[in-house]
Amino acid sequence: MESKANPDPSNKVYFFGTCLVDAVYPDAGMASIRLIQSQGIEVLFPQDQGCCGQPAYNSGFVKEARAVARKQIRTFSEDYPIVVPSGSCAGMMKHHYPVLFAGCPEENAARRFAGRVYELFEYLVTVLKIKLTDKGDPMTVTWHSSCHALREMNVIQHAKALIEGLKNVTLVELQRETECCGFGGTFAVKQPAISAAMVKDKVEDIRKTGASTLLAGDCGCLMNIAGAMDHIGLPIEGKHLAEFLWERTHGK
Amino acid sequence: MGNEKRFDFERNIDGALADGQLRKNLRNAMDILVDKRKAVFTDAEDLEALRAAGNAIKRRALQNLPNLLEQLEANCTKNGIQVHWAEDTAQANDIFLDIMHKHDASAVVKGKSMVSEEMHLNRFLAQQGIDAVETDLGEFIIQLNGETPSHIIVPAIHKNKDEVATIFHEKLADTPYTENVDELTAIARKNLRERFSTAKVGLSGVNFAIAETGTLLLVENEGNGRMCTTAPDVHVAVMGLEKVVETLSDVPPLLRLLTGSATGQVITTYVNMITSPRKTHEKDGPKEVHLILLDNGRSEILADPELRQTLLCLRCGTCLNHCPVYVRIGGHAYGHVYPGPIGKILTPQMEGLDKAGTLVTASSLCGACGEVCPVKIPIPDLIRRLRNESYDEEGNAVVSGAGYKRNLAESMTWKGWELTNTTPMLNRWGTRMAGTMGKNLPKIGALKKWTCVRATPKIARCNLHDRALKEGVNHE
Repeated sequence: MESKANPDPSNKVYFFGTCLVDAVYPDAGMASIRLIQSQGIEVLFPQDQGCCGQPAYNSGFVKEARAVARKQIRTFSEDYPIVVPSGSCAGMMKHHYPVLFAGCPEENAARRFAGRVYELFEYLVTVLKIKLTDKGDPMTVTWHSSCHALREMNVIQHAKALIEGLKNVTLVELQRETECCGFGGTFAVKQPAISAAMVKDKVEDIRKTGASTLLAGDCGCLMNIAGAMDHIGLPIEGKHLAEFLWERTHGK
Repeated sequence: MGNEKRFDFERNIDGALADGQLRKNLRNAMDILVDKRKAVFTDAEDLEALRAAGNAIKRRALQNLPNLLEQLEANCTKNGIQVHWAEDTAQANDIFLDIMHKHDASAVVKGKSMVSEEMHLNRFLAQQGIDAVETDLGEFIIQLNGETPSHIIVPAIHKNKDEVATIFHEKLADTPYTENVDELTAIARKNLRERFSTAKVGLSGVNFAIAETGTLLLVENEGNGRMCTTAPDVHVAVMGLEKVVETLSDVPPLLRLLTGSATGQVITTYVNMITSPRKTHEKDGPKEVHLILLDNGRSEILADPELRQTLLCLRCGTCLNHCPVYVRIGGHAYGHVYPGPIGKILTPQMEGLDKAGTLVTASSLCGACGEVCPVKIPIPDLIRRLRNESYDEEGNAVVSGAGYKRNLAESMTWKGWELTNTTPMLNRWGTRMAGTMGKNLPKIGALKKWTCVRATPKIARCNLHDRALKEGVNHE
């Protein structure tokens, strides 16, 4: 494990929005930014940012992945922490960038970049030690662990601690919380039948909890699972945890 | 099954997913195996230390493989075990047939061996008029039913007891239908006893071959392995090159990892250590012991420092048990001898990417396999590596059949994606356009596949880049 970068003394962080948050879940992105700002931290959102490169990296297109990753390394050039509202994109940047650039001129830059990457909830809990006051009505939620937040970033405990800290929210855990939802990026369209079987089982697991809202920390999983719930007309809302936390503590 | 018909992964997948009984059997069985493993590895730190030790031992062995194999051969020979080298499965089959002929044997009793599956030995022997009798209960069941193993460790795991009852009743003469497990076991035992006592040759696999002592180690739970290696006059062991370890003291950690990961056992009921044929003063045991060392592409895998990690594998099968894909499609869908995550990385390397490369698409890269592998094979990384080799963009691939998937349409798509994500103007314009089109995005290609079971993603009218600008978030 690389050592964590120290939070910048000037209390500035970069926010890496991820492409799915950018295009599909901007509310989750804004909520993430607001949560960080609420702790007295200045958030920088570089307008030149794009994708982390993972879709190509996982699909066999390393050259393209490297080009896109290089762009991010250049865009996030100052020595500030980089906060990411996705365990998967964070895992890509933290654990795979150094591999992607091994033997390349940017290897050191990639390592330094990787050392500054935090998953959002990891950053809120371990660095900012955020305390939240729940102002919402009593409700029951369930939580889906993204595979990369769980196995690459190892940060699930932070997200769940934040949920458990909300006094009016009851968390009912999934029976198979650590099982993949079937998203897997391009896997969902390269192996659509297997992916469909996986998300169907995930939805059934969610339905059984009786929760009215499914929370997740990764928009890939969310788009997959909420999309599948929507498709069959299941009245369970899928929401990024950042957006949920902001609403519970500051209203909609 | 599989190899005789043309391999059609998609058709296999659809068939398996539609088979409700299969899905249920697999889920139940995998849940049990996962829980049993959890119960035996209770301390996460201890397990981590053990996995690191297992990884180090196997890595060391692979680094020194040619020497260790020569040492193994020398020590086995000294102990009276006859060692044979086979470059490919055809050679291995011929060597085995030769031994059968020398002893005028018409039948062989077989203990469970995945390498013999790799050799397609049963089919080969049948063509030569020789009867190969599987004696592991699971193997016995599926052999009766004309199937191949669907799992490395538990070959009949896709069957439930009712299905076994039907198979026994239909395929074994004078066998009344019973779903009583003890009775079913007794039926198998009765049928097998006779074969053990009459076969001239017994075959087994090898879990670990110890170079230092010339010992073949074999674990099992049913005693059929002990029977196959002791009752007939001739014992032939078949093993892949990578099963050799340096010293006897290397074995305990590996054994603990193997049995704990495979079946959640601290130790198996039988641990057979075979170091020689029957000695002159001994009253039982085989008069001849042979060891067939099979390469079948392993040397090539060994040559690449990253892909080499494939050969660390102990064949415990725990990556199958934890795989969200395997649990839904089962072993036969993979269409090759080794299914599941390990099969996904091993098979394309052995058979060529052009023949079996499609296997590596069947992973969401969730990482569950890598997380539980007892010798820390980075299976997701190797899947990714084989995906790269499938396109061989950079022209430095090493696996046979590399680049088989290269095509203009996909290359252009990813080039376009690269251009968009490295050109901020284009990126902004593209996301805005998608936002404007919203639900009217054309449902073709990937989106068509996506929307089979999911609603169309709702592209936001105002993306995060624009929101951040509008709401005054600093950008530099």
